[in-house]
Amino acid sequence: MRELIVIKTIQDNIMTNKSLVSISDYSKDKILQILDRAAEFEKNPNQKILEGKVVATLFFEPSTRTRLSFETAVNRLGGRVIGFSDARTTSTTKGETLKDTITIVSNYADLIIMRHFIEGAARYASEISPVPIINAGDGANQHPTQTMLDLYSIKKTQGALDNLTITMVGDLKYGRTVHSLITAMAHFNPTFRFIAPKELELPKYYQAFCNEKGIKYEVIRNMNEDTIADADILYMTRVQKERFTDLFEYEKVKNVYILNNRMLEHTKPNLKILHPLPRVNEIAYEVDQNPKAYYFQQAKNGLYARQAVICDVLGL
Amino acid sequence: MKVAKLCNGTVIDHIPSDKLFKVISLLGLENTTSQITFGYNLDSQKIGKKAIIKIADRFLDPDEVNKVSLIAPNAQIVIIRNYQVTEKKQLILPEEICGEVKCLNPKCITNNEPMCTRFVAIDRAKGLYKCLYCERMVSTEEMIVTKDC
Repeated sequence: MRELIVIKTIQDNIMTNKSLVSISDYSKDKILQILDRAAEFEKNPNQKILEGKVVATLFFEPSTRTRLSFETAVNRLGGRVIGFSDARTTSTTKGETLKDTITIVSNYADLIIMRHFIEGAARYASEISPVPIINAGDGANQHPTQTMLDLYSIKKTQGALDNLTITMVGDLKYGRTVHSLITAMAHFNPTFRFIAPKELELPKYYQAFCNEKGIKYEVIRNMNEDTIADADILYMTRVQKERFTDLFEYEKVKNVYILNNRMLEHTKPNLKILHPLPRVNEIAYEVDQNPKAYYFQQAKNGLYARQAVICDVLGL
Repeated sequence: MKVAKLCNGTVIDHIPSDKLFKVISLLGLENTTSQITFGYNLDSQKIGKKAIIKIADRFLDPDEVNKVSLIAPNAQIVIIRNYQVTEKKQLILPEEICGEVKCLNPKCITNNEPMCTRFVAIDRAKGLYKCLYCERMVSTEEMIVTKDC
């Protein structure tokens, strides 16, 4: 029988590992430092900082924006990319463990960027790998670089991150971008409005987190002109079909909130609408032309935020 | 309770009755050759019904004490040497736990790879822990404590 052993703390682990697994790995100062670096990359995205470096992108789960923006980031920094975007073409289908895959790939690459459908896969990989790991999403758990680009977009459009009202809409239960953004924004005295149907409401432990941090928040069921009126940021999310084991439950909630231009008429002038994308039908296409829509620029910001994160984990 | 006094050994007292057999199992007492006495459904002013275990000629190591704390955080461990109480240990939940506790999240990596679980305390007073991997919270009341990780 294995004995229960007291082990080194997470903080110790973070001190010795440059990987980015969870947004909670970053302090407030670190977040601001990365955002400043991202702003520099926006001014000059083509720099040969990664010349001679090989970066592996291991995508065990489908992705468009995240993978392409990471690969663009590496290419614009002069590095080379290896990897896969379909795990069916790898030895995983033969039963190879994640540990073996990571051990092998770390022999070839200077950095591993990984998306996996299993929660905690990135943390485990960071323990095994001698080269840094960047978590590009692990199931419903964490997606820290999405959070960094969200923060970058918020700071860029609002001028600062402090004292903002952020209204989050849609899938607050499974939405990892929502959970990570709440964690990160806790440093900046936010006020949250959580709009979700009962089936997709924010997990109790994130509400407890807000209570513990003294963050003001309100749990709301309806999205309408009144409930979004005071928002500085409207963070829309997609109901993620792939997270449901019961598709009947998905059908019940998939179209519950749809944002349109009429609902935006009396919102604050500084309001910006963010969405981690892909969008399905939670934002009407007419909103795309609204000056308050910012989700496509937000996706573009992902390039700069990821360039900054890549350089940071490599100590460059 | 009419049982022989312990000469040397350990008494685990104030175990909630429904946790008795779990404690016996986790400490592997069913396989020990030492003399063991246990009482079940004994009246207790503190917790209603309690259980007690007396183990002759065995002293729990710190990891075993941690393990008992996860099952019965309010239990008390008494060390007997030469018929005298030499030490009383109040249990304290460990800061971190490796192995022994299964993550309740079926999509957690620890339930999908041959590896050990790791939990860190978020609030020990409330018995609240977080899986180091999938980051889900779990309370000691919900924990599934297993012999193997």
